[in-house]
Amino acid sequence: MNTLLNAVAALGRGALSACEATGRVTLFAVLGLSHILRPPFYGRAFGRAMLEIGYLSLPVVALTAVFTGMVLALQSSTGLSRFAVESAIPSLVVLSITRELGPVLGGLMVAGRVGAAMAAEIGTMRVTDQIDALTTLSTNPLKYLVAPRLLAGIIALPLLVVVADILGVMGGFIIGVAKLGFNPYIYLQNTFNALYAEDVISGLVKASVFGFVITLMGCYHGYHSRGGAQGVGAATTAAVVTSSVLILALDYVLTELFFTK
Amino acid sequence: MSDTPKIRLRGVTKRFGDKLVLDGIDLDVAPQTSMVVIGGSGSGKSVLLKCILGLIAPDSGTIEIDGQDVLRMPHKARDAARARIGMLFQNGALFDSISVAENVAFGLLAQKKATRAEARIRAEEVLAQVGLAASVGDLAPAELSGGMQKRVALARAIAASPDILFFDEPTTGLDPIMGAVIDGLITEQVKRMGSTAIAITHDMASARRIGDRAAMIHKGRIVWEGPAESLMDSGNPMVDQFTHGRRDGPIQMELRR
Ligand SMILES: Nc1ncnc2c1ncn2[C@@H]1O[C@H](COP(=O)(O)OP(=O)(O)OP(=O)(O)O)[C@@H](O)[C@H]1O
Ligand SMILES: [Mg+2]
Repeated sequence: MNTLLNAVAALGRGALSACEATGRVTLFAVLGLSHILRPPFYGRAFGRAMLEIGYLSLPVVALTAVFTGMVLALQSSTGLSRFAVESAIPSLVVLSITRELGPVLGGLMVAGRVGAAMAAEIGTMRVTDQIDALTTLSTNPLKYLVAPRLLAGIIALPLLVVVADILGVMGGFIIGVAKLGFNPYIYLQNTFNALYAEDVISGLVKASVFGFVITLMGCYHGYHSRGGAQGVGAATTAAVVTSSVLILALDYVLTELFFTK
Repeated sequence: MSDTPKIRLRGVTKRFGDKLVLDGIDLDVAPQTSMVVIGGSGSGKSVLLKCILGLIAPDSGTIEIDGQDVLRMPHKARDAARARIGMLFQNGALFDSISVAENVAFGLLAQKKATRAEARIRAEEVLAQVGLAASVGDLAPAELSGGMQKRVALARAIAASPDILFFDEPTTGLDPIMGAVIDGLITEQVKRMGSTAIAITHDMASARRIGDRAAMIHKGRIVWEGPAESLMDSGNPMVDQFTHGRRDGPIQMELRR
């Protein structure tokens, strides 16, 4: 009886603290977003965040996209040949990349790269009193540190995914033409025939949401880190884990919203 | 001098978890004077300053600046009150993503008190006051020695000529001569610029140089308050033990546990 009660109590406590955490993150997100709209604006901080999230993530996102496109073409040729519908390869590649793999894999790579760095930077600022120092120097840390990063995440991720889409299709094209014997012209024609604007747009909207989630988790965990280097390390891990899980979960939710009518 | 203290604390209490860090602090600092706060490591000195700054919310008590209760002010007024306080953090807390000069000019630019060019000139001026060449302004904080970082942090705290100044161990980590220079600079801020200051220090010579008055904090309470000159012969057994660094006395260091 007692053990049962204990179990129920533990469950309740867990649920409560989960609700509480969700509430805190939501509040943090709302505050951060509201500071994007209210002056003063920190152009330099935004520029730096764009560079960090967008430009410096290009190589890793590009490599991921190319190889994903290549592997997609290869895998589907071995799979689809069983049903003798190899001609579906170009459309399979382009739809998978634009709708799913571009935003999701791009998001996961950026979460590892940028989310971790962001949590570490802001976390270090927290444990060395730099965030307190900002406040004493008449600067709102949410406005100076968080808002520019959130905005940069929302804008930079879709741009990265455009690049990922193009390179992913290119990867598939390379394998299709060089290895599977497609006529280059036919491959591209099949690709574009299969592609609709909403495939690309839905992918870019996903990317924007993922960019927001990555920067939000990086900022949130960094901002609330405590207890020296160990605390910053824990914040970094938490930022990457939560943003990765959220990316996959939100990907499902957004796909439901976009494609099931 | 007017009767209202510049800073007035009554019954300020703060606990972290079940640890009582501040246990009803009462303290008055008269305008244009400096108060030195001494006390053992972990006695809550830094937490006290952070409470006055509004960085930590006390559990109970009142904190008044110029007779106005900052804990119960509307947000805007509180931000304005806070903008008048310059703070030197114990570990410097320099922003490591921007240059030394940008650090020093940060408050001026944030308060829109100066253009970029003016702020840069002012930054070099204040850096010179703390004994640093203008060329240091272009370095990153990480490229400086610990003592230099402390001086940059001091320069940043005084750059906007704030009305109230808090110094958390301003001379710790400095060589004795530079320590004396910094003490002189702090006294000048109070005597010539008319600021009101609270300084935390473990250095008794420095405490007597900068302080008009002194207070000792122990176990979250102010156990003694008096003129800073009398620190070494206060007649209070706790203060005597502390300032003379004796092992035996009323303060038992809780080393074990
Ligand atoms: N954010 C915090 N969360 C939990 N405990 C804290 C926090 N800040 C300070 N403390 C605790 O409060 C106590 C007082 O800390 P404080 O930094 O004020 O000491 P101090 O008097 O400045 O010491 P020192 O002379 O070593 O700087 C310490 O025991 C510390 O562990
Ligand atoms: Mg301290």
